[in-house]
Amino acid sequence: MRGFGIWAIRLYLALLLLFLYLPIAVMVLLAFNQSPLYELPIVWDTVWFQSLAHNDRLIRAGLNSVGLALANTAIATALGTMTAIAFARYSFRGKALLELLLFPPITIPWLIIGTSMLIFFFWIGIGRGLHAMLLGHVALSLPYVIMVVGARLKGHGSALEEAAATLGASPWQAFWRVSLPVMAPGVVAASLFAFAVSFDQFVISYFLAPPGVSTLPVEIYAAIRKGFTPEINAISTIIILVSMGLMLLFARLYRFGGER
Amino acid sequence: MMQEARRRVAIGFLTAPAYLWLTVTVLLPLSAMLFFSFLTVAPIGGREAQLTTEQYLTFIDKDFYRTLTWRSLRLGFDVTLLCVLIGYPAALGLAKHVRGRWREAIFLLIVLPFWSNALVRTFSWTMVLREGGFLDRIIHWFSPDAPPFSILFTYPAILLGLVHSFLPYVILTCYISLEAIDDSLLEAARSLGANALQMFARVMLPLSLPGLLAGVILTFIPVIGSFMEPRILGGRAGIMLGTVIEDQFTTVFNWPRGAALSFIMLGIVLLIFAASAPLLRGRLKGL
Repeated sequence: MRGFGIWAIRLYLALLLLFLYLPIAVMVLLAFNQSPLYELPIVWDTVWFQSLAHNDRLIRAGLNSVGLALANTAIATALGTMTAIAFARYSFRGKALLELLLFPPITIPWLIIGTSMLIFFFWIGIGRGLHAMLLGHVALSLPYVIMVVGARLKGHGSALEEAAATLGASPWQAFWRVSLPVMAPGVVAASLFAFAVSFDQFVISYFLAPPGVSTLPVEIYAAIRKGFTPEINAISTIIILVSMGLMLLFARLYRFGGER
Repeated sequence: MMQEARRRVAIGFLTAPAYLWLTVTVLLPLSAMLFFSFLTVAPIGGREAQLTTEQYLTFIDKDFYRTLTWRSLRLGFDVTLLCVLIGYPAALGLAKHVRGRWREAIFLLIVLPFWSNALVRTFSWTMVLREGGFLDRIIHWFSPDAPPFSILFTYPAILLGLVHSFLPYVILTCYISLEAIDDSLLEAARSLGANALQMFARVMLPLSLPGLLAGVILTFIPVIGSFMEPRILGGRAGIMLGTVIEDQFTTVFNWPRGAALSFIMLGIVLLIFAASAPLLRGRLKGL
């Protein structure tokens, strides 16, 4: 393509990135503005971040979010990796069905999943709360973990394990010394992803949060509906930095669209 | 025989925990919701519930719910169309006319927001669209006498927020299938005398159609199920099927009604999947 066309494409992509990042940039800048009414020009101040440190509700919600995300990461990564190994190493009847069953949690709107969990958990006595949220978050994370670890395993067949077995390794030794190091990047990427899924999850947590117990996104939603304050900008800034940071790490470990 | 038995135990041991989990958190809840949608009241706290089809009949009887469903479908259609019109050319440009490190960097920058917090991104639009917000300032900078400008709590605001949310997804799916098209096919088309338009219509578009469709479906479905974006950006203009379902569970507490509305939405989703299944088969895994 000739010079003009190339520049048109570059300009188009630049405008697109501007559209994607402009609102986020505005939101972050206003978190550092002193005025409680978002008045301009921006007077640089970290007063809103300092007031976060005294907001017990938000701190508790933050601790809930992190704790929930850590528990979710541990469980979803373990269960998902096990399933991914089964899918990669064995072919069996019903496998196609099991793989198909991974789609409902990620393709049915979260609104429907969340409300149905609320109904069911209430009905059978599990109730609402952090434990119920954990049940829900793991369900949403599992399909992603299985796909990410599965993609890694697909790229590396079972030849290495067979070689280890031929050389006299026990199945455990073969797993710990050969299989695990091979799939480690996939497992780490999947666990980062699982952490992000839980940390950013709003809809499921919202329906499963009893009064008085919440996570950061649930708390932010309630605050937005009451009215906008720069404090929301400050906490949002922290959240967006954490989740984008996690995704950058994920992208380094696991290339989108598989390994090239 | 022994080996076959051990194999089965291994498969069971590896897959059972995850699928038990999914059963308790997805399959059983969806079944419970179907059951609840045929009840008069939620059978919780000792209340007696009777079986009824009232919840579904209300949906058919009242214009209100049909209008709502139509509004949600319309929103899904508008957002998806805008995402395709803006996103496909971007994916095409990126996949075929940008090379090397730049391409990787721009691709990462485009998909990065998609995987970050949706609630925070929606909130960030209120900072741009509200009266006294970023757009208002820009307009007054150019013409100081202009009246106050705000499109927050309007339909276009919801559109903007949702397009911003799902555009990266459409670009991602289109990009993956466009990038996989072998350049030698384009060379061949060119050497056989195809012009740019013909090359696009006869080679690029057909080969990238699966990715485009995946993007369309995976945008349309979450959008008709959205409630947080219409609520925050649309205010009163943002009453959709999703926000009414949210109300049934959080403020009105009519769970059977909410369950029935959810199932009608799920029915729409399944219809869309069924209609597109032949075209999508085997494509979703690559994402």
